[in-house]
Parts: sequence; C-alpha cells; structure tokens
Amino acid sequence: MTAANHNSDLPAIEFVEVTKSFGERRHRHTVLHGVSFSIPRGRTTVIAGGSGQGKSVTLKLVLGLLRPDSGQILVDGQDVSRLRPRELRSLRTKFGVLFQGAALFDSLTVFENIALPLRERTKLDGHEIQQRVMATLAQLELTGHENKFPAQLSGGMKKRVGLARALQLDPEIVLFDEPTTGLDPVMTQEIYQLFERMQKELGYTAVIVSHDIPKVFDLADQIILLNRGEVDVFTGVAQIRDSKKPYIREFAKMTMGELFESDRSGC
Amino acid sequence: MVREQLQTSDIPSWAKPFARLGDQFLYLLTDLGRMGLFLFSSLVALFRRPFRGGELLKQLRFVGAGSVTVIFFTALSSGMVLGLQGYYSLHKFGAEGMLGSAVSLTLIMELGPILTALMVAGRAGSAMCAEIGIMRISEQIDALECMAVDPFRYLISPKLLATVISVPLLTAMFDVVGIYGGYLAGVKLMGVSSGSYFNGMMQSVTNHDLQIGLIKSFVFALLLVWISTGRGYFVQQIRGVGFGAESVSKVTTQAVVISSISVLIFDYLLTAVLL
Repeated sequence: MTAANHNSDLPAIEFVEVTKSFGERRHRHTVLHGVSFSIPRGRTTVIAGGSGQGKSVTLKLVLGLLRPDSGQILVDGQDVSRLRPRELRSLRTKFGVLFQGAALFDSLTVFENIALPLRERTKLDGHEIQQRVMATLAQLELTGHENKFPAQLSGGMKKRVGLARALQLDPEIVLFDEPTTGLDPVMTQEIYQLFERMQKELGYTAVIVSHDIPKVFDLADQIILLNRGEVDVFTGVAQIRDSKKPYIREFAKMTMGELFESDRSGC
Repeated sequence: MVREQLQTSDIPSWAKPFARLGDQFLYLLTDLGRMGLFLFSSLVALFRRPFRGGELLKQLRFVGAGSVTVIFFTALSSGMVLGLQGYYSLHKFGAEGMLGSAVSLTLIMELGPILTALMVAGRAGSAMCAEIGIMRISEQIDALECMAVDPFRYLISPKLLATVISVPLLTAMFDVVGIYGGYLAGVKLMGVSSGSYFNGMMQSVTNHDLQIGLIKSFVFALLLVWISTGRGYFVQQIRGVGFGAESVSKVTTQAVVISSISVLIFDYLLTAVLL
C-alpha cells in the first residue's frame, strides 16, 4: 500500500481565511477567526490547543461534515465547501479517519470492520479482500483477533483496528481525532510508535488532533496551535519554546511545563 | 453538534411566550423538513448499488420472522375476543349467523393492519431506532460517511425494504389467525354453525376490502420504519432529549409513540379516503 502523490507541488490541505462560528446573533461563538495555514503533503502535522479551541471543528471542516462561514478549505486544490454531495463523497475516498472512540461497527467482527471499505468501495472479490485484510492485520500485529467483536478488544487494540480500517483504501491523507484518549501511558507510546512506523512505510499525509502534549509533538513535522480563533504554525517544539508571544509562552509552560523549564534552564 | 436554542434575553418579557411559540413552530417545520429529506434520501437509496441482499435477508428475519410469535398471539386473542363480543351482541338480535362476516371484516379492514403495525413498531421499530441512535452517537455513521459509504443505502434502505415487505405479510397472517380465533370462540365455544360462520365471511368480504387492508398495512409499514429510523438518525438534533445514552432511550420512546399515533391518525384518513 502506498499513498498516491498527485499534485505533489500543492499542499495536501490549505485553509484560506476560514471563519467558523456557532450559535445565533449575540450568543455567537467564533471558533476560527479568518485562519490560514497549509498542511504539507506526506508529512505529519499535529493540531493542538485547549478544549473548545476548534480542533475537532477543523477536522470536520476538512471532511466537509461542517461548512465554513467564510473562506476556503482546499484539499488537493478543490474547495471542500463548494462540492456537491457526490463530489464530496468522491473526495472523501482520499481520506482515512481514525475517530476518538475508533467508531468501530460493534455488530461486526474485527475482520468485517476492516473489510467493510473494501467490500463497499472496491470491486475486489472475497479472496482478494481476505488476503488484503489478513496482511493488514499482520502489519498491525492483530493476527488472531480477526473473529473478535469490538467489545472484546482493549482500547489500544480498538485504535489499531480503527487504523487498519482507515488505511484500507490507500488514503492520501489520514486524520486522527484524539487518537490516544483513554489509553494508559505505555499504550499511548506504543500507538505513537505505530503511527510513526505506518506513516513512514505508507507515506500518507497525517493530521493528528490531540491534547496529549508534549508527547504527540515527537511525531510532528509541523505543529499548529489553535488559540481563541487564531492559529500559530511551528516546525517543532523548539520554535514553540522560543516564541515571544505571551499566550504561546503561557501555553508552553502549562502544557509542557517540565520540558519547557528544563530546556530553558539548559540554555 | 450544536443544538439551536432560543435565546430570550433580548426579548421583552411580554413577548416571550410568542417568541417561544414561534420558536417551537420553526423547530417543528425544520424537523418535518429534515424528516422529509430523510425519507426521500432513503427511497432514492433503494435504487443505488451495490444492493445489500444479505442485510435485507437479515432484516426480513428480524422484522418479519422475529415478529411471527407476537403477531400470532395478538391475532389469536383479538380474534377470540371479537368472536365472543360479536356473538354476545349479535345474539341479542338473533343474528349469530353474521358473526363470520363481522369478525372477518373488522380484522381485515381495521384490526389486522393497525395491531400488526403497532406490534412491529413496539418490537422492531424501537430496536431499529436504538441501533441507529447508538451508531450516531458513537460516530459509526460519521465513519461510514468518511469512508464515502452512503449511510442511507448501507443502513436505512435494507430496514425500510424489509419492513415494507414484512408488515403486509404479517398483516395477512394476523387476519388468518384472527379469523381462526373468532371461529374457535364463536363456533367451538358458543355453538354458532361452522357453515354460517365461513359462509358469512365469504359473502361479505370483497376484493376491495382486502385491498384496503393491504394498502393500510403498506402505508403503516412505511410510516413506522420512516419514523423509527429517522428519529435514531437525527438523535443529536432533536430537542429536549439530552445527550448520550439518555438521548437514545428518550428518542426510542419518542419513535414508538409518534409511530403509534401516526398509524392511528393515518388509519382514519385512509378509511375516510378508501371506503
């Protein structure tokens, strides 16, 4: 499996002056306030920020599950908010999504969950689907669990099955929504290592929305911080640490306290 | 999902009841529009490929075969009660010979379609609503959309088709068992002649009566599957049901209540139009 690399000169995803608000009139709450940023192709971008800062909204905008009030969201140069339902369905085949709770179909076995996108979206026959699913199961160390139901799996295994399903259609872009929520630190580390390995093997564009700071930053080629409707883009932890903006410094201190302090004292 | 709520802080107090009324009316319109689009999308999805034959069979088994027992006992008891009550009333006028006609017409045109629809709404409609509601709150429907799989074709259409096929067949079964129940009570217990019971039935029941029963059962099936699946699908957009598991339980109750009331209202309307 390899991610396709069409339009390799374009960013995978681009937000252009995007504004998104919720509520009515006086009680309107602006989550994104004319934000612009781009997500490079074939790299890992982490979108971080406090609760209610619009991390999940950003993912839903990319997928066309929400529409922006103004601005453009370009995926491979196509404005998601202007697409018709059929075009949107076609665009979504470029994506793989790992949901916060994995969103596995609880009445289907692990095998059936992973095979679902192949059965529904491809013309592969039963034998080819079997081979492909078993190969993915082996790749994600899930062999032997194919006949279990999601309720019989641990949190970490559910995430791996979710990732296996998300990767079935060779997505160009994989979106991870809070992928380590509910996992213990050891499992979190394992899942991050798995994400890193799979991204390197398959070369897809990874977008990880997470509040698991600073651990998730280890995976990032680019970090996008959301704060009060605005965004700041960084190429690494060092750049966050060296930022002069007061709220970034406060954010860094609160979320990566030890790392921040020890790094500064070492300077 | 953000739920639209009326913000009343900038409205003068005397106008608040009107504002609430208007708000409720707008919500009702929005809900009706949403449900209308849902029905349209579900019907269109019936013709989209790939067709899910396996899932249709599974749903036929659940909605149809799974309801046979409850329909059998409801029909038998309804038929027997009708037989006894009918005999009691007709005996006063010395018209026991009309028992077969009274029982069969009541069952075929009214009780059969209504009671079958109410039983299926309670047994299968509630289950369909809860299943889809849980799939919605646990992001399984979002996952389908993100995989570019049409949730209407994948989830709703097999349930819709299975219900529309099953309910008329179950209604037919209800009619037969009910008529037999009337026979047991009227003929075997109360001593009405078997010949007059069946003769009365054959002389009074026309093809038109059977058609009315069939049309009713078809419309009721469509109503109950539409309302049950639609309520589950929009669980996060329905006002006043709370969140999470609580919202699914309340919406499931709502689905059964609305389905039942709709069946009763449409029964009157259809009777008025078709008779």
